[in-house]
Amino acid sequence: MELFVFVCATVMIIVGALGVVLRKHPVHAALSLVLTLFGIAVMFVAQHAEFLAAVQVIVYAGAIVVLFLFVIMLLGVDQVENLKTEPLAGQRWVAGVVGVCLLGLLGAAIYTGADSVIARGEGIASNVAGDNPDANIQQLASSIFSDYVMAFEVTSILLVVAVVGTVLLARRRTAGKQQTAGAAK
Amino acid sequence: MSNMFAIDPLLNGELLWTPLVIVILKVLAVFVTGLVATMLMVWFERKVISGMQNRIGPNKAGPFGLLQTLADGIKLFFKEDLIPDRSDRFVFKLAPFLSFVPAFLSFAIIPLGGDFRNGNNGMVTWFGHATRVQLADPPVGVLFALAISAIAVYGIMLAGWSSGSKYPLLGSVRASAQMVSYEAALGLSLGTVFLVTGTLSTSGIVAAQNSLGNWNVIATGVVPFVIFLIAATAELNRPPFDLVEAEQELVGGFNTEYSSIRFALFYLAEFMNTVTMSALIVTLFFGGPQPISFRGTVLDIPFVPNGIEGTIWLFLKVLVFLYIYVWLRATLPRFRYDQLMDLGWKVLIPASLGWFMLIAAQRLGRDQGWNTLIVTTVSVAILGASYALLQAAFKVSAKQRETEGSMF
Repeated sequence: MELFVFVCATVMIIVGALGVVLRKHPVHAALSLVLTLFGIAVMFVAQHAEFLAAVQVIVYAGAIVVLFLFVIMLLGVDQVENLKTEPLAGQRWVAGVVGVCLLGLLGAAIYTGADSVIARGEGIASNVAGDNPDANIQQLASSIFSDYVMAFEVTSILLVVAVVGTVLLARRRTAGKQQTAGAAK
Repeated sequence: MSNMFAIDPLLNGELLWTPLVIVILKVLAVFVTGLVATMLMVWFERKVISGMQNRIGPNKAGPFGLLQTLADGIKLFFKEDLIPDRSDRFVFKLAPFLSFVPAFLSFAIIPLGGDFRNGNNGMVTWFGHATRVQLADPPVGVLFALAISAIAVYGIMLAGWSSGSKYPLLGSVRASAQMVSYEAALGLSLGTVFLVTGTLSTSGIVAAQNSLGNWNVIATGVVPFVIFLIAATAELNRPPFDLVEAEQELVGGFNTEYSSIRFALFYLAEFMNTVTMSALIVTLFFGGPQPISFRGTVLDIPFVPNGIEGTIWLFLKVLVFLYIYVWLRATLPRFRYDQLMDLGWKVLIPASLGWFMLIAAQRLGRDQGWNTLIVTTVSVAILGASYALLQAAFKVSAKQRETEGSMF
């Protein structure tokens, strides 16, 4: 059963990821991304991380990709891209090198980490027994808000800075536009 | 896995056929209940609205026009299925299902009944097995419903885009902006419910509301319920938030290019979502299938076994909310788009966050043994200061808009 779920989810993830790269239409690529995110959510459920699975779907599939689609539709970039042109010279070469490096890094991480893989039922106590369905969320909350509260707060500051920056950039550009519009009048 | 499907101790050992039969029966029951409830909801809405507008409403097909929806459904099935030339064919065909399937999925986590007497806590015995009257009871419970409603955005958005036509696109862009904005308010108002009940699972939330004073609508203070009701109405794209299909501006909204069975699926999903959302409100705030009980005295429905009583209570409570939705539709005019966004971002989200902080402070104070009066005073003062800051920010932005001109 576990193997079956794993194979299905893997196929979903890989097909979705290939779709993101290979589909020429931006909307289709975004939809493939949703497929990948769903596959990852299935993986989380199979690992008894139900909360992460739910958040994965709510935040990534439900909000972020919707915003991607929103931008694609609103800005009308939903035409087929011309893949022949290279906006930055030598971009493909660099991308290839970086990709190979990333693959090597991942392989190295898996190779060195192979010894420390924990067996089933060890590590974080799972709620397989079903006596406390909220164990998952309680564990997550207690580690976020006690052990890693510093990292959590720093991340939230980062997000606030990003939001403020976005608003600032958006306003500045329209202010410039307003001036030119006023000059034209 | 056994916990997930609400058949508690059974799937741990060998796989017996009875749990399997129970699960299959539950799936069938939920599917059929969903479809029949949707059919009756369409009839109910038309009949009540016609009553409110001094009309007769559907009265030809079947007794009281009950079969009108069935007749309409059959008609839609046999209509010609058109696919516009400029449409994206695959996405165009996919979109109705993306809208229809989530509508059914979220029905799966709602407790549809059960025996709440004598400490049974919602368990009933079928074929000698203790089980809940609920298809699935995942540990993340209500978050599942939120995730599903997040998926439902895709159906509407892709339908509008793939039609290859201007008005459906505008409708779907509006719809997705509206649904994404109000989803935040929806989730934040749920936070208070989780805080009070201490669990995410729907069966746990129902079990915690075992008397009238413990119903979450009272236990959380009425504010989260009001926010949830408003945000849910917006999430459902029902009037007064039906900008998605504002006929006067958008021809027909995101589903303009759809016909035949594909249109029927959108229609079905819309009403199915209304039923599910009402059931979810009842589950979260009004005790779900729990009978009305006050200080130990339980209101009993005579001649009905306890196991069935839960379903009757749920039905009655859901009916109240369905009526409210129809009533809203008959009464309120549609929002303007900027009013809609203002309500969502400037009122509902800050209000739900503020209320969440207030309840959290109260509970923390109780756990630590602090003086309740001081905790309340301090938190109200902080909320007041935050409100003043927010108003000041709005004032500044309004002034800037005057000097610089609006952004769009």
